[in-house]
Amino acid sequence: MNPQTEPATTPLNALHRRLGAKMVPFAGYEMPVSYPAGILAEHRHTREHAALFDVSHMGQIEVRGDETAALLESELPVDLLGLAAGRQKYALLLNDAGGVRDDLMAINRGDHFLLVVNAACKHADLEYLEQRLGDRLRFTLRDDLALVALQGPESASVLESLGASPEVLAAMKFLHVADLRLDGMNCVVSRSGYTGEDGFEISVPANTVLQLAESLLDHPAVEPAGLGARDSLRLEAGLCLYGQDLDTGTSPVEAGLTWAISPARRAGGERPGGFPGAERILAEVSNGADRRLVGLLPQGRAPMRAGTPLADNQGNPLGAITSGGFGPSIDRPLSMGYVAASHAVPGTELSGEVRGRALPVRVVDMPFVPRRYAR
Amino acid sequence: MSTKYTNDHEWARQEGELVVVGITDYAQEQLGEVVFVELPDVGRTVSAGEEAAVVESVKAAGEVKAPLAGEVVEINDALADNPEKVNEDPAGEGWFYKLRPEDPSALDALLDDDAYQALLASLA
Repeated sequence: MNPQTEPATTPLNALHRRLGAKMVPFAGYEMPVSYPAGILAEHRHTREHAALFDVSHMGQIEVRGDETAALLESELPVDLLGLAAGRQKYALLLNDAGGVRDDLMAINRGDHFLLVVNAACKHADLEYLEQRLGDRLRFTLRDDLALVALQGPESASVLESLGASPEVLAAMKFLHVADLRLDGMNCVVSRSGYTGEDGFEISVPANTVLQLAESLLDHPAVEPAGLGARDSLRLEAGLCLYGQDLDTGTSPVEAGLTWAISPARRAGGERPGGFPGAERILAEVSNGADRRLVGLLPQGRAPMRAGTPLADNQGNPLGAITSGGFGPSIDRPLSMGYVAASHAVPGTELSGEVRGRALPVRVVDMPFVPRRYAR
Repeated sequence: MSTKYTNDHEWARQEGELVVVGITDYAQEQLGEVVFVELPDVGRTVSAGEEAAVVESVKAAGEVKAPLAGEVVEINDALADNPEKVNEDPAGEGWFYKLRPEDPSALDALLDDDAYQALLASLA
């Protein structure tokens, strides 16, 4: 075996194997795609109870220095100066053409920021940020930390059983971040996730994550869930996956992420522009984009997967599906994809070409399943 | 009534003048939970190795080839509403379609149970 092609492992690799997971290569890591219960059951368990996901492959980049928020604003089109300590914000790392290098969570930890970035992008992000801001800020990829997500409506009661105070949990809303002691361990916990459900993402030292994961799994409401369920959950919740629905060739407005350009950074805001690609992006915020990411419901039972060409009813090409599969909670196939703005209105009937046949598919509003965040 | 197998993990079993076709337990296990099966039209003539059906799981789509040449005379309509039968009973209720073989002796050329078990052992 060539050591360079050997996938990396997370600190929970042995646990996944012990639980009988099917392991697959993903973003340079060997990750669980499903456990013996199967993707459908893991998906449903997450919506009904609580599921534990290992997301330790994601990058946690610590940022320290003077005026961290102001300097990060030169790369991220969000209001970080207005982000209070103990809060996090979804943000896009942009290129000069207004495309998306990565999507991430920016957390204000008080004396520093933490950026939680995609696994496949983390080394490139670190290199890029160091190149752009390395003379003023210190960036550290914290690969000594692990990350797990506990997702589902019973997540808060599970954390309570591990020692989190009910008052603290009740005060902790969506996108709040707190230091909690769980099962005797110091954890950095954010109320967030990638499933559309209430839940938490928990950052802990890599050498204690096994104990934490086992304690969480000991709770009767918690089952492990893999990448397969994570994908169907995020798709039903209408959340973009970087590398599929979002990449260096897509702009935030095209991707339906205009909300991720903070008002303070838009034309007429307190600090308009001043981030890569601002000219294009601010023009698109005002005027719209030529194409849009839309939700799509195939009208038959055949899933329409990434790459499926989309056309109008005369067969004129309009775009393509970027993510697609089966939605266990809606019990039907679902997709998202880019279409010309003229055909992006919900209710528009299109066709998707599946194995040489044009099958009907309808543009719909996202999410497909209501998001149930603790707001 | 012995069952024969292909290297692509389809099974074929003689039933009177017809041959019933499905995918093996190993194939359904690899695919994961099946959510959709696209079956050939009745009356279609398929050649050996031709893609005759598509099986979609929550993870991916997989093609199912015809183990031998013939005419499709019946399909398992129950899979339209209950595709999970492919996972639950791949060798029985999860059958895909029935062929009238062009040459019934073509079945003899497929893998017998011992040969298929040896193939699975080599994949383990």
